[in-house]
Amino acid sequence: MDPFLLEALVNGILLGGVFALPVLGCNLVFGVVDVVWLCYAELVMVGMYAVWFLHTQQAWPLYLAFAAALPLVGLLGVLLHLIVVKPLLGAPPINQLLATGGVLFVLQGGAMLVFGTDFRSLGVELPPMEWHDVFVSGTKLAAFCAALAGAAALWAFLKFTYIGIAIRAIARDREVMPLMGVDPRRVYVVASAVGGALAGLAACLLVVQLDVHPFIGLSFGPITFMICVMGGLGNMLGGFLAAFLMGLIVSTGSFWWNTEMSYVIAFAFFIAVIFGRPRGLFAR
Amino acid sequence: MNLALAAFVLLLAAVPLLGTPDYFLHLGVTSMLMAVSGTGWAMMGRFGLVSLGHGAFIGTAAYVMAMLWNEVGVTPWLGLPIGVAAAMLLAFLLGYPCFRLRVVGHYFALVTLAAGEIVRLLIVALREHTGGSLGMTPRLAPDAPFLAMQFSKTGFWWMALLVWVFALLVWWWLDRSMASRALAAINEDQDAAASIGIHVTREKLRVTIISAGIAALGGALGAQYRLYLNPESLAGIGISLQIVFGAIAGGMYSMLGPSVGAVFTIGLEELLRVGFGTVFIGAAPFAYGILLVLFILFLPRGIVGFLLRKR
Repeated sequence: MDPFLLEALVNGILLGGVFALPVLGCNLVFGVVDVVWLCYAELVMVGMYAVWFLHTQQAWPLYLAFAAALPLVGLLGVLLHLIVVKPLLGAPPINQLLATGGVLFVLQGGAMLVFGTDFRSLGVELPPMEWHDVFVSGTKLAAFCAALAGAAALWAFLKFTYIGIAIRAIARDREVMPLMGVDPRRVYVVASAVGGALAGLAACLLVVQLDVHPFIGLSFGPITFMICVMGGLGNMLGGFLAAFLMGLIVSTGSFWWNTEMSYVIAFAFFIAVIFGRPRGLFAR
Repeated sequence: MNLALAAFVLLLAAVPLLGTPDYFLHLGVTSMLMAVSGTGWAMMGRFGLVSLGHGAFIGTAAYVMAMLWNEVGVTPWLGLPIGVAAAMLLAFLLGYPCFRLRVVGHYFALVTLAAGEIVRLLIVALREHTGGSLGMTPRLAPDAPFLAMQFSKTGFWWMALLVWVFALLVWWWLDRSMASRALAAINEDQDAAASIGIHVTREKLRVTIISAGIAALGGALGAQYRLYLNPESLAGIGISLQIVFGAIAGGMYSMLGPSVGAVFTIGLEELLRVGFGTVFIGAAPFAYGILLVLFILFLPRGIVGFLLRKR
């Protein structure tokens, strides 16, 4: 097999791992609160800036900066829920979508105000690994493993903790759970915090691979939502698998064509999927 | 109401004759064209058909028009209608399967978002013809400015005014038609509407195509006015959300709402730009976003909707 194609496939899987975290976070929030956070990628951007700021400006060690980004963005998720989403829970879904779209502008503008429009680089790079002529970036591989670990931790949280089970129950049936003694408002806050923390984790994995700038959210935000919808909004496993599918489409597309066309193909594929299976690829 | 509006339009038509400084003419033209796009968006937005991809239509129309002029030499007077027709065709191709297969709500919003991104990325990818992310300028024709649709701010003022009045007329016509009742019913309950004989797909498709056409007309004319096209400012998520913001801020349920919203957003942008200069470069989107959130939280019917309710 052509080593370059093989490399593209490997990179596609690694890219899928990176897409997977924001997709899981978005899906978690949607499944529980029934609101799409249009500003999800901007939460990731804030996390990236936080890591960059703490590491390069405040000289914190990298792992401490990572450890700080998770709760920070998690807190941001809670604030987003309490200030913007909660008052709109009874409003038409489109209003919620647009309000979080407003937050997108706020975070983008805020980042520009505080950090300017320069590209900020963390300047961390692991040596590439070689295996039968196939080169894989060490940084990407590490990020991929961390993404899988994050997904596994989320799965364990949802599977084994009381609040995790309550989250899954609310996502399954919004009407019945309050009757069973679960306070949905508390579950919403917890889900928002976890959704935010996942954005923080995604930020840690992205900031080592990409330079951060105020508009970076626009580069992976749209594809994140598309993956969520493709997997079926609120369907965690579907979203997780769709992330890898999208990663493969993007990376092989750029192998055969160029980067922009690979995204065009990915988005066109998304639209085709919605027409074919409006409730997502993996809807039951 | 209609008489007052007619008088207001006449007054607007006289503005360039009164020696108004170029700066205010520029703001006026920009606002009117933004108002056209917002009005177009709100035609479907007010019936719960929320598109986050109107940039797709604007980008298509603007680039078709500019490329016809640059590569083939077709005058924008023809290129603009062709571009708008292309945008309407795109709306049909996108809308038909969406409505036929009942892609609604979040799903519809995200499909249109994807469409906007596809158009933006295609413009970037076809950089040999479109100039990619660097943008493109329509070829200047100083010897035939009329043919090239390259005239002064005064000329564009009247063009913009004309197009704006046209958009309002389309709104008025749509509002009085049966289609508007049918769409309101569909918005309430699609199945119930279908059961009393409303052709759901056809009604939605028609309003989507009209909406895309009007929005594309305003956006493409704006590109011709600035003589600069750029994928980020004409297609994609940024411009799509800006149109939505203008329409929401002004109020998408009344005819003049999106226009008020356009004046409001452009006035706000200018105020922030003049007030803060280039020191606080992110101040505009920041204030923008906060206001958008506040509007949705406290004034979901927009400025005009609020004023009309008070009365």
